[in-house]
Amino acid sequence: MNYGVEAIGRHSVSLISRIGSFFILIGRLIASLREIHRSFGLIVEQLYLIGLKSLPLIAVISVFVGAVSAWQAAYQFKFIGAPPRMLGQAVGKAVVMELAPVLSSIAFAGRVGAGIAAELGTMRVTEQIDALQSMGINPVRYLVLPRVLACLVMVPFLVVFANFIAIMGALVVSIVGVDVTYETFLNGFRDSFKVGDFINGLIKAGVFGLVIGVVGCYEGFSTQGGAHGVGRATTMSVVLSMVLILVFNFIFAVILFRL
Amino acid sequence: MTTPLIKVEGLRKSFNGQPILDGVDFEIYRGESVVVIGQSGCGKSVLLKHIMRLLDPDEGRVIFDGQDIGKLSGRDLNEVRLRIGMLFQSAALFDSMTVAENVGLCLKEMRRHTHAERNRIVMEKLELVGLTDAASKKPDEISGGMRKRVGLARAIATDPEMLLYDEPTTGLDPITADLINDLIIDLTQKLDVTSIAVTHDMTAAYKVASRIFMLYEGKIEFDGTPDEIRASDKATVQQFITGRAKGPIKVR
Repeated sequence: MNYGVEAIGRHSVSLISRIGSFFILIGRLIASLREIHRSFGLIVEQLYLIGLKSLPLIAVISVFVGAVSAWQAAYQFKFIGAPPRMLGQAVGKAVVMELAPVLSSIAFAGRVGAGIAAELGTMRVTEQIDALQSMGINPVRYLVLPRVLACLVMVPFLVVFANFIAIMGALVVSIVGVDVTYETFLNGFRDSFKVGDFINGLIKAGVFGLVIGVVGCYEGFSTQGGAHGVGRATTMSVVLSMVLILVFNFIFAVILFRL
Repeated sequence: MTTPLIKVEGLRKSFNGQPILDGVDFEIYRGESVVVIGQSGCGKSVLLKHIMRLLDPDEGRVIFDGQDIGKLSGRDLNEVRLRIGMLFQSAALFDSMTVAENVGLCLKEMRRHTHAERNRIVMEKLELVGLTDAASKKPDEISGGMRKRVGLARAIATDPEMLLYDEPTTGLDPITADLINDLIIDLTQKLDVTSIAVTHDMTAAYKVASRIFMLYEGKIEFDGTPDEIRASDKATVQQFITGRAKGPIKVR
């Protein structure tokens, strides 16, 4: 009994301490914006490493997301006798509003969020972050700011790319597998396309990017121990980012699409 | 009377309720070469990290050249840090950078030198540690001893007044360890710096130190010259310096 109470107390203190240190990191990140001009080179480097190098992964995921969406929609439409034009409408809506922002962000969390946590975690346990501080270099400005800003900028960019590739994937499947013509699919897509939906998708992507960057950096920065600690930080970064992406996605749905 | 370069007063630090430093007090004057000895895990590295303000104490303070570093922040704290160089236990080199980039990083971030000046200083520091040939290599392409020397070149890049060495010879073969010890002595004389090294290597301690502190149970157990420590009649000190398993110090 005592052991149980003690364990609950210990975990509660640990959780409060983690939440506190998370917000301290956010505060230091905001404060480091004053020195953003000193980090331009590092930001450009991260835009390339984090963003452009994610293009192949996002392309592969998006093409299959589009393809399976078209196939599944066509399968459902067969039973209700929906007109072929609806295929482009349904797939377009689903991709632009939900599938591209959410699935691209989840893939990005797996590739980039994990990478950030592993890299910073290794730097923490090998005293490289201490070394930066000992040289009078603010590690939040030097390491966290470029990574978080790169995530914030590159996730929306990748979502635009994912939208395009997924629609292309859906178009190919529609033409080859479902026997819907190029014109019918694109006319349907144009009918349902709203600039507002596209922009909402990009806003969501920006928030997801911010979540992935901040969570990855926080987990990396707070790594303790050796290889085990780095592994734990990496896993936590991916799990926490994915959960937060889905939670924020629901919040966006409630705010943006009032019933 | 001269003021100490470093004054540590009543320093206490605990981790998870376990006291590591339990009231550490000492003063170090300019030009001294102090070695802090003690068992593994006794808080030697923690002590160095407090001097560099990489850790904040639970109680007590560290005064560097008359300034309480616990009260400094931002640019003021960084200015003090630039006056202190630190060699980390694992050298803590940035593995994505070359040796020269590692040594020059601090200078680059300071933005007080031109590119040419920075290159000149980097090569000068690498020459002091005998590693000009390794300038373009990555840390994973050089040996452990070389990495420590690069760490040393990086620590002296800003011409600090004080150097902190965290286990400078740990993990090195005896010949390379002796080379590092010679380098520490050489740099202390050439650069006229005050140094604090933490180690449990008594050969290094006798060779490098003008004064030795022994840290035991969170306090300074002994403070004296290498000759005085050899002649000490304290059982704890004798057990440690002669490396005996039996005695008042319990093996952790």
